[in-house]
Amino acid sequence: MKSEHVVGKNKGKIMLFALSTCVWCKRTKQFLNNLGVEYDYIFVDMLVGAEKEGTMKEMEKWNPRCSFPTLVINDEKCIVGFKEDEIREALGL
Amino acid sequence: MPDVPKDEIDKLFARLDADARKSGYFLNPDTAFTMELVEGLIANEKRYGHQACPCRLAAGDRKEDIDIICPCDYRDADLDDFGACYCALYVSRDIAEGKASAQPLPDRRPVKREERPQFKPTPIGRAGSDLPFPVWRCKVCGYLAARDEPPGVCPICKVTKDRFERFM
Ligand code: SF4
Repeated sequence: MKSEHVVGKNKGKIMLFALSTCVWCKRTKQFLNNLGVEYDYIFVDMLVGAEKEGTMKEMEKWNPRCSFPTLVINDEKCIVGFKEDEIREALGL
Repeated sequence: MPDVPKDEIDKLFARLDADARKSGYFLNPDTAFTMELVEGLIANEKRYGHQACPCRLAAGDRKEDIDIICPCDYRDADLDDFGACYCALYVSRDIAEGKASAQPLPDRRPVKREERPQFKPTPIGRAGSDLPFPVWRCKVCGYLAARDEPPGVCPICKVTKDRFERFM
């Protein structure tokens, strides 16, 4: 899975599934940037073919609706939607 | 997403805002937020050929995406239940007037393709007496028109003819 890496404080493995046009996704990214944490993100709408299918399959495991933004923390916790408090709590911040 | 020139964003924003006001809808008063959504709509038009919802993954095919072409088939129900559409492009009067703010909400679009409105049409109702005209219903705003064919554009929410279903 080809994701973009953002450098910052290591607060665990953070993966953000997003759409390039979705404003709640942008807010989630900005929020992570402001927290200064290290994370990866992927714009699913920019993928094609097998890569898109593979990413959707991976995402489906966490969020069967495949809605955006979907944030997966440490391969164990999933937060769907831009929920600042939940994200902060999950990251211990 | 594809690049969108600023003047195109301003133009669509002005049109959506004017249309919304005329028919009792409101755009999100957070202009920066709204402008970003409008940019997403134009970007989707450029890459898919239609203004698919910026906050949902589009298939890029008009038939598949028709329920999520903006304004989507789910907007009005979300405005009723949550005071905002899924993306929060359209909001309630209270939010428009700053008395409340838009919050993220769950997506009500059915996950199963066959349950989406374009594949699971509303059954056609039967009137007590024979109707001289068929009745067409706008799936977005519920506007009804008794005429041989649906109007080319919904006079209320401005969606195209293919968003109408036979109602009676
Ligand atoms: S009306 Fe529907 S399609 Fe348009 S922005 Fe809102 S949620 Fe997306």
